[in-house]
Formats: sequence, structure tokens, C-alpha cells
Amino acid sequence: MYVATKGGERAIDNAHAWLAEERRGDTDIPELGVAQIREQLALSVNRVMAEGSLYDRDLAALAIKQSRGDLIEAAFLIRAYRTTLPRFGSSLPVDTGTMACDRRISATFKDLPGGQVLGPTFDYTHRLIDFALAAEGGVPDAPVAAPDPAPKPRVADVIGREGMIEDNPRDDTTPPDLTRAPLEFPANRALRLQALTRSDEGFTLGMAYSTQRGYGRTHPFVGELRIGRVAVGMEVPELGFAIEIGEVELTECETVNQFKGSKTEPAQFTRGYGLVFGQSERKAISMSLVDRALRWAELGEDNVGAPAQDTEFVLSHGDNIQATGFLEHIKLPHYVDFQSELELVRKLRREAGVVDTREAAE
Amino acid sequence: MDAAAPTPAFEMLRTPEIGTIMVQGRASGTGAAFNLGEMTVTRCSLRLASGEVGHGYVQGRRKTCAQVAALVDALMQGPDAARIDAAVIAPLAAEAEARRDTRAAKAAATRVEFTTLVRGED
Repeated sequence: MYVATKGGERAIDNAHAWLAEERRGDTDIPELGVAQIREQLALSVNRVMAEGSLYDRDLAALAIKQSRGDLIEAAFLIRAYRTTLPRFGSSLPVDTGTMACDRRISATFKDLPGGQVLGPTFDYTHRLIDFALAAEGGVPDAPVAAPDPAPKPRVADVIGREGMIEDNPRDDTTPPDLTRAPLEFPANRALRLQALTRSDEGFTLGMAYSTQRGYGRTHPFVGELRIGRVAVGMEVPELGFAIEIGEVELTECETVNQFKGSKTEPAQFTRGYGLVFGQSERKAISMSLVDRALRWAELGEDNVGAPAQDTEFVLSHGDNIQATGFLEHIKLPHYVDFQSELELVRKLRREAGVVDTREAAE
Repeated sequence: MDAAAPTPAFEMLRTPEIGTIMVQGRASGTGAAFNLGEMTVTRCSLRLASGEVGHGYVQGRRKTCAQVAALVDALMQGPDAARIDAAVIAPLAAEAEARRDTRAAKAAATRVEFTTLVRGED
């Protein structure tokens, strides 16, 4: 039951004023600019864009500043802002095969065409705190080499030439959109991929990790991981043809998974797929593992009852904006609900013959 | 734009408007289309006094850029096309290419050159 009450306005106004002051922190320290967040906390910005489901670096950086660095709160701000904007249409599906790769590695083939390109990765750092960063200073320019103009074919296409991996036919069916229609089950792969790409990184990581530890194993290899920029094209109605209107940075991961084959089908590898806004490698790998785990039914595998095989469980709990909204609402006033519970417990205790100590004292 | 020519007279058909487009991807890169998430876009349409209609769609929340893009689109349909191309589009394309080349060169420097170690069996 909901009952309107008044009386908190002054307290709320003052709480907001104090929040603003705390957000700013010690005024002897220079204020953080939005551009500084965008440039120097780029991976936070990427996460907010992915989970806020809106690609706009400046907006994500501003949201991080406003939320004092709380990335879920920042993604919440992005989602709320998004609802105020008209949607002009859909892009053509981006072609990640033409990605200008900053990074492109494969765990399955050492000598793949186009090579193993490490890019700006943490992978080979020693995870020792670098106290030199505490002292502000310039960094030397990164080394350069002559770019390799050769295209970087997909690892799956290399395997596919021998028919060793499941077919992945192009399908231009208009995909379902969970921002326009409520999530319904069963959810097809397109809908699952949409939900996964915007789901919480920690949740997706935990789900993916659970499959590695035995709760619905899929035996994944990272066939290919690539990070870079792809052009975004769109059919513009006023023009009647497609134009390139921008570019987005994406992380793509395709896993190559074991598959036993059956009486009717020869043994073949299968695929899991992750595609995420920004440089978001942990999330993209996690997404590909969870995507693969959720494909058990279409691949004729057993449901072993693993959480990561349960589409409804995964998709319904991965959205951190929904989750935090419902979770945190329980801290808001529930005075009337609780009053009714109190009455009920008192009644049950009376019926059980418990003497109310307060009444006994009177 | 200012360097190219004074802004010609035009009539606004659609004032610069901020919105989004849904960016699509494909499952496993080449399969079924799915919705990846939105990106911000600003669009604008206008008509020059000489009649050409121009449309601008630019990424981000950039009203001035969308208007300039629409203006350039309109001017590219008129007699000044070659001059506008040289003064506006070519330099922008060169800048974009330089940005791409810089990143590609840095990426190339992080390419692994494997050397196989000879096993000491002989």
C-alpha cells in the first residue's frame, strides 16, 4: 500500500546540497574536468556506455563525475537520459570484419593471417602498483611500426573453410528490441545478445566463471578477440541511401567450443559470441561464454540445471539498473507495510498465548 | 567552414535535433542481426536560398556540427562543390585518415614476431 506523506522537503534539499559539496571534495584540490575523466578513466567510461547502453563518451564521463565514480549510478543516469531522446532509426549491422584493430589476438592459432597484435593491454604487466604514476609527468610516445594493410580474417572463417565449425548464416530479420518490448521467454539469440551486452560486467563475469568451474561446461577457446573501431552506417530516409555517420569502438570475442557431434552430424566446433561497446575485454569474453552456455537447447545439449543455462535466470538478473532499482527501493519508507506486519506478528503472538510484556507492566 | 566562404543564406527545414540510433551487430560477426545499444546522433536539414536541400547526420550531441554538415551537403550540390570539397571535406578526410594511421602504426608495433627456438637434440 502506498500513502503520500509530506515533511521531508527541507531535509532532502539539504541532503542534495551536502551531496554536491561532498562530490566536489576538498576545494584545495583542483576540480576534475569531464574531459579528464573521458581521456584518463576511459575504461570506466566504456563500462558506463556499455551498461548504460548508449555510446557517448562525453555523456558517460559527465555521468561518472555526477555519480562520484559510482559506475552503476552513472549507467542509471545514462539510461534515464536516453529515454528523453527520440530515436531516429537503426544502423546497418556493423561489420566487425573491417574493424581497424588496436588489438587482435587468438588463443587457437599462433600464426594466423594478420598476426597477433597485443594493443594497449594490461596482460603482461606485473600488477605492481606504479608509484611513478603518483608523480605527474609526461609519458614517452608509443613506438610505431609500418601498419600491415592486409585484412585480418576471422579465425572462425579460417576454421570454417574446412567445415570444422558450425555454420553461421547471415540473417537480416529485424531483431527484437528489449528497450521497446518487455523481455519475454523463450528469448531468441538476438534478444539474449542484446541483454548480455548491456548486462552488469560483474554478473556476466560470475556467470561465465561458473561455466568454467563446472556449472555447465562449454570448453571454450578464445578463437579471436579484437578491439578497435568500426564505422556505423545508416540508411537515411531523407536521402534514400546509406551513409556513414560515425564510428564506435568495440570489443569482440568469439569462442570456439567443443561439440561432440551426433549420429546425424559430424563433429564440429560451435561458437559463443561477445560484442561490447568500448574496450571491454573482460565483459566481451564473459558474454561469449554465457552466450554459448545459453545455446544448449539449439545445439541439442543436455540441460544440466546450471545457472548459466537458465535463460530466464541470466537475462532477468543481469541488468544492474533494474536490479539496483528493485534492491535499493527497500530502503525507502515502508512504514505502512511494516505497521501491518507488526500488527500481524502481535496478533499471532497473542493467539499463541504470549503475554505482551508492555501490557503486563501496565 | 568560415575559411571556405561566408555562410550562404538558408532556410532551416529541421533545426538541429539530438536523438539516438540503435546500433546493430551480428551474432558471431556475420549471422543474425541484434541490437547492440544506441549512440547519440544530431541531425539537421536546411534549404539554401538557391534551392538545394542539405541533410546532416553527425555522431554525438553537436548541433553546430550537424548544421554545418547539412550546409556542406547542400553546397556540394551546387556550383561551389569543388571548392567546398577541397576546403572542407578533403582536409577532414585527411585528418580522419591520419588518426587511423597513427593508431594502426602503434598497433603494428605491438604485433608479436614469433621466433621458434631450435631444440638442442643434435
